[in-house]
Amino acid sequence: MTRPIGQHAPEAETEPRAVDGRAPDVFSSRGYVPMREFRTEDEVDFVIVGAGCGGSVLAAKLAEAGMSVVLFEAGPFFRPLSDFASDEYEQEKLYWLDPRISDGDDPIEFGANNSGQAVGGSSVHFQMVSLRFRPEWFKARTKLGYGKDWPVDWREMWKYYAEVEAALKISGPIRYPWGPPRGRYPYRAHEVNEAGLVLARGAEALGVGWTPTPLCTVSAPRGKSPPCAYRGMCKIGCSVNAKQSMLITYVPRAIRAGAEVRDLAMVGRVETASDGRATGVSYHRGGAWMHQKARNVVLAGYSIETPRLMLNSDTARHSQGLANSNGLVGRNLMVHSNHAVWAKFDEEIRWYKGPPSMATCEHWNYADDDPSKDFDGGYSFMSQGPLPGDFAGTLTSASGLFGDDLLKAMGDYNRMAGLKIVGETMPSPDNRVMLSDELDDLGLPRPRVTFSFCENDKRLQRHSLDFMSKMLTAAGGQNLLETSSTAHLMGGCAMGDDPETSVTDDMGRCWDVDNLWICDGSLMPTAGGVNPAMTILANSARIADRIIASRGNL
Amino acid sequence: MTGPFRTPYPGYDILDKWASPSFDDATRNVLRLRRVPPPRRFLSEERYSTLQALCATVIPQRRARPVEIAPWIDAALHENRGTGTRFAVMPPDREAWPLGLDAIDAEAQATHDGKGFSDLPSTDRGRLLKAIDADKLRARQAWHDMPAGKFFRAIALKQIVQFYYSQPAAMSEIGYGGPAAPRGYVRLTASGIDPWEAPFGNWKEERK
Repeated sequence: MTRPIGQHAPEAETEPRAVDGRAPDVFSSRGYVPMREFRTEDEVDFVIVGAGCGGSVLAAKLAEAGMSVVLFEAGPFFRPLSDFASDEYEQEKLYWLDPRISDGDDPIEFGANNSGQAVGGSSVHFQMVSLRFRPEWFKARTKLGYGKDWPVDWREMWKYYAEVEAALKISGPIRYPWGPPRGRYPYRAHEVNEAGLVLARGAEALGVGWTPTPLCTVSAPRGKSPPCAYRGMCKIGCSVNAKQSMLITYVPRAIRAGAEVRDLAMVGRVETASDGRATGVSYHRGGAWMHQKARNVVLAGYSIETPRLMLNSDTARHSQGLANSNGLVGRNLMVHSNHAVWAKFDEEIRWYKGPPSMATCEHWNYADDDPSKDFDGGYSFMSQGPLPGDFAGTLTSASGLFGDDLLKAMGDYNRMAGLKIVGETMPSPDNRVMLSDELDDLGLPRPRVTFSFCENDKRLQRHSLDFMSKMLTAAGGQNLLETSSTAHLMGGCAMGDDPETSVTDDMGRCWDVDNLWICDGSLMPTAGGVNPAMTILANSARIADRIIASRGNL
Repeated sequence: MTGPFRTPYPGYDILDKWASPSFDDATRNVLRLRRVPPPRRFLSEERYSTLQALCATVIPQRRARPVEIAPWIDAALHENRGTGTRFAVMPPDREAWPLGLDAIDAEAQATHDGKGFSDLPSTDRGRLLKAIDADKLRARQAWHDMPAGKFFRAIALKQIVQFYYSQPAAMSEIGYGGPAAPRGYVRLTASGIDPWEAPFGNWKEERK
């Protein structure tokens, strides 16, 4: 597959590392840990496709419950200490770089903001913002009159938020300002950097709440993880192992419990028998196509690759693609609006220090009765700290600046601060993933993704830009610049209570194929106004317990 | 604001930290390899010189050893490196770049009596790129069906600036901290900077 240039092709990106009974020791520069391996003809209990937030949690919990698990990952198995450079261009190796064809009125840009291709998935380069859904969002249709209801009670989800927050030692505030009381965060909040204090000043001036962001990087030593060094390059991979990504938490747990990880292994098809049930997967690794037998197959490739794989696994019996008799596979894809306002300050903010989003405001996720709220759903926003290349891309996309005008605008880098939303978009069946006629290097159809914002999405965006402009001005910012983009993916294979209107039941089991499961962000019926990582993790932990509890009937 | 950009951080160079705890081996290896730009392998000589002129217009550099940008764009095309996205209205990068460079040259010729883009003085190049950005075209047929403004902003400008601003010389001129593993930073608020950061910038010459 594609990989970054630079004559720098470490073996991790060309040769599988998890072979010969061992896997990379992610806490060392060159070492290995023992790993159990299965033969392709062994019918394992679970094949899981994708080692990100969905697949890693599930693999660890199922293996710890004694089940045989093979976890497939299309990307490399990195050791952060020796493989991750402090270099934006080099670290593009963490993203899914093979093109997705993007259309619609508001075509999505794929890559850094919404994909990962490595063991650990996008948790390797996420900004670690660890927020919970508001309770009412799990019954958005019934309680708030928009979107859809989840087939899960919020209290159950909150129990699992607590479980994954404990497992990842989230560093958060002593008191969280919004929503029902939650337990203590395992680790204390990080000191807020100047970029975060800008948000705090603005919030206090406007009379709304703010909080140090609960973050998935430790504020004190944990096992082999040192505390966060405030290097500020979280978005291109943590090279000191403070970030509690899947790569250094649930994946090692899964391996210790007897799961096998197959890196650089691209699954191309779920195989089914004449009775329609899944029998295993076909995958490409080390230059050859192979087949792994399994009693159950779980798809955890996220909102593009999971539907792509289902649509590409069509047979005479599953003529529209696997488990797609109602035509909903790939539909109701959502993003988060990622609109932002940037401003220049008199003093040097130096937003490059510390995690990029150290302060958060969730005011508009909870302000149902505010008369100025002219949209359904919600948005949170955070302080920002983009790296120079990232910020230059944002600046030029919005302004078209080049030449000395661009150099001067970038010359103000150290005096900039910004606020950026994670804004809910509404599910729409027309926003969807399909297969194109174009083939990738392995001969698999590339996905074609269609996306357009609806009027409600646009009202939310406008509202947020106006509010954040006020806040930055109140904090002392000048020369305001608005930018638009998207982040994250949700939906595409929604779970639900009704086989007519959803792809899976409440435990991620496909309605049409009883041994095919989905366990990733594509299950989300609505997007919410917060970063999705903790919700995907909590839902995966919940699904794992449901599978373990019903193992006798599988 | 008119006139050339002057760095607020004269004398600051992140490479001075090469042997310090702000650099690790992984970073040093990557930067060492990048010192040698790859040879031209994908674009024709003519297109390559248009690309070099485009890069010099987007990022005017007055330093003795300018950061080379064009070789890396050519290398990305040669190796068919993706960005993760292909907008449906655009051809793949390997077609878009040659088409776009030819079209920029055709715009120059249509506007300046047959002179190619790389033969124009920088003010004329700048004016031409602003017109392309606004889809105000003189050589529309040269673009075929490719949206000119979108090619300029979403592909050309973006790839050039994202590469440039991840290089040490660019990081230094804006006072960015640069590589920071394993040491990171201690002082996180505006009240202080660590000794291994750029000293406070010189903002006196700024005209508001």
